[in-house]
Amino acid sequence: MTLSIEEVERIALLARLSLSEDEKARYARQLSAILDYAAQLAELDVEDIPPTATVLSIHSVMREGDEVREGLSRADALRNAPATDGASFIVQATFGDEE
Amino acid sequence: MTLTALTIREAREQLRRRHVSSVELTRAFLERIHALNSRLNAYLTITDDEALAMARQADARIQQGEDTPLLGVPIAIKDVLSTHGTRTTAGSNILANYVPTWDATAVARLRAMGAVFLGKLNCDEFAMGSSNENSAFGPVRNPWDETRVPGGSSGGSAAAVAADLCCAALGTDTGGSIRQPAALCGVTGLKNSYGRVSRYGLIAFASSLDTVGALTKDAYDAAIMLHAMEGRDPCDSTSVETTPIDLTQLDSRTTSLVGLRVGVPKEYFIDGMQPDVERAVRAAIAHLEALGAEIREISLPRTQLGLPVYYIIAPAEASANLARFDGVKYGLRVQGTDLIDTYRQTRGAGFGPEVKRRIMLGTYALSAGYYDAYYIRAQKVRTLIKRDFEQAFEQVDVIAAPVSPTTAFPLGAKVDDPLQMYLADVFTLPVSLAGICGISVPCGFDADGLPIGLQIVGPAFAEQRVLEVAHVYQRTTDFHLKKPPVHPS
Repeated sequence: MTLSIEEVERIALLARLSLSEDEKARYARQLSAILDYAAQLAELDVEDIPPTATVLSIHSVMREGDEVREGLSRADALRNAPATDGASFIVQATFGDEE
Repeated sequence: MTLTALTIREAREQLRRRHVSSVELTRAFLERIHALNSRLNAYLTITDDEALAMARQADARIQQGEDTPLLGVPIAIKDVLSTHGTRTTAGSNILANYVPTWDATAVARLRAMGAVFLGKLNCDEFAMGSSNENSAFGPVRNPWDETRVPGGSSGGSAAAVAADLCCAALGTDTGGSIRQPAALCGVTGLKNSYGRVSRYGLIAFASSLDTVGALTKDAYDAAIMLHAMEGRDPCDSTSVETTPIDLTQLDSRTTSLVGLRVGVPKEYFIDGMQPDVERAVRAAIAHLEALGAEIREISLPRTQLGLPVYYIIAPAEASANLARFDGVKYGLRVQGTDLIDTYRQTRGAGFGPEVKRRIMLGTYALSAGYYDAYYIRAQKVRTLIKRDFEQAFEQVDVIAAPVSPTTAFPLGAKVDDPLQMYLADVFTLPVSLAGICGISVPCGFDADGLPIGLQIVGPAFAEQRVLEVAHVYQRTTDFHLKKPPVHPS
């Protein structure tokens, strides 16, 4: 199979990645080769085989009741943020501000 | 006595007898790191002051008579594991200045045991790679031949242990990232069963596959490290309480392997593998037989499917895990024209080529219309791979196989061909997909003097058995004692 540049652009948007024109061409080629390789999986009969959800033989467990204890302080939570006002993360507007 | 060449166990003996202090031992390592790291690039961060402070605390505990298996022993940590107050980059530009505000559970347990942390070790970006060439901070060089790769993704960990830049190192293994570099650098590397060691504080790559483990100078040290880290952690719901490693039992093991059934999977000896690798691994299997083990040929028929299954599942999980790097809470931010553009510019600039490739691949495999055809199908084939091992372990106790089809390859040899690079992990991926355990131990050298690894694989949570076989092998061979020709200039 061959991924088109348009498909690569669509995936890059879903993945929130900006790509250069060179990268788009390279990934179109390389992802196509990898997906071709993965195509051998399509030849197997796996109709009745359950997918692996976990390799462990554990089951969901109920957590103990909530318990109040020391967690991450505000200062620690903000310590690595690229932009803060000292109390909150500073982000760009999520909704448009068009008039 | 060369202090930096000591195993954990030997170092503890010297510390216990007060022949050396932890501060002296730590200084010896720091001196060697500063002399060699500009060539090998194994360390990304060297924490001289913190290491010496930890060593002084350890010496005080030793003075009070405490005698525990890691007290005062200098180790180093792969840079995907969070260390409180010490920069943790995951080998990525996007986290180049990230300083965690807590320890990973494995790190916290080692800290509590009194181990000394020398610094953080280079690795492929977000642990994605088989050569360490995907690090944003430059490749690690193999101490056996500095023109060659150390393997990956725990390449800094393997090179640091091989070159005596630490007593032992933490690594992580998602598809072979402990075992393959251990083989290529001639050290011992234990990939634990999924769930045996907490993943809390490990910067996630593929959550159904990621495991934390150690690279060490021998199998006994690997047991010490596992014993210190293992067990249930309330912060990781997939961590499991199991029977702890029994160091006394390991130590009292005779060198007889009578009664042990060793399976040799015919699918692990393929056309195109380096003849020296096959020769050394076959010789190692003959050695186990000479010690009394019964050798049985077995079949793991879905071996070759491990690679395509892995390269759907791992990128799919990675694409979800790495969505958190959005330039808001931590890490790099590149301001764009609007919020979505900021995400795209930040991630486009912050991630390297292999990470972007895998995010793209994983996003594709999870996208509408392809989810069933790729992701669900891969998880079904994964079930078959797991069943192959379950059936094999009805007939044998452990499986012996090569770790990687070749010895260390030259830097740059495979960077432009992802599929060729991925083939370096063809013998380690199935074990990861099945969630079971395996150890890489040195078993010989090729014609160029490069190390070769033997992989000993056991069922889930059978680390004690695998370590006993590796320990017996090392008590009767000396490949793991050979040192690379790397010396301070």
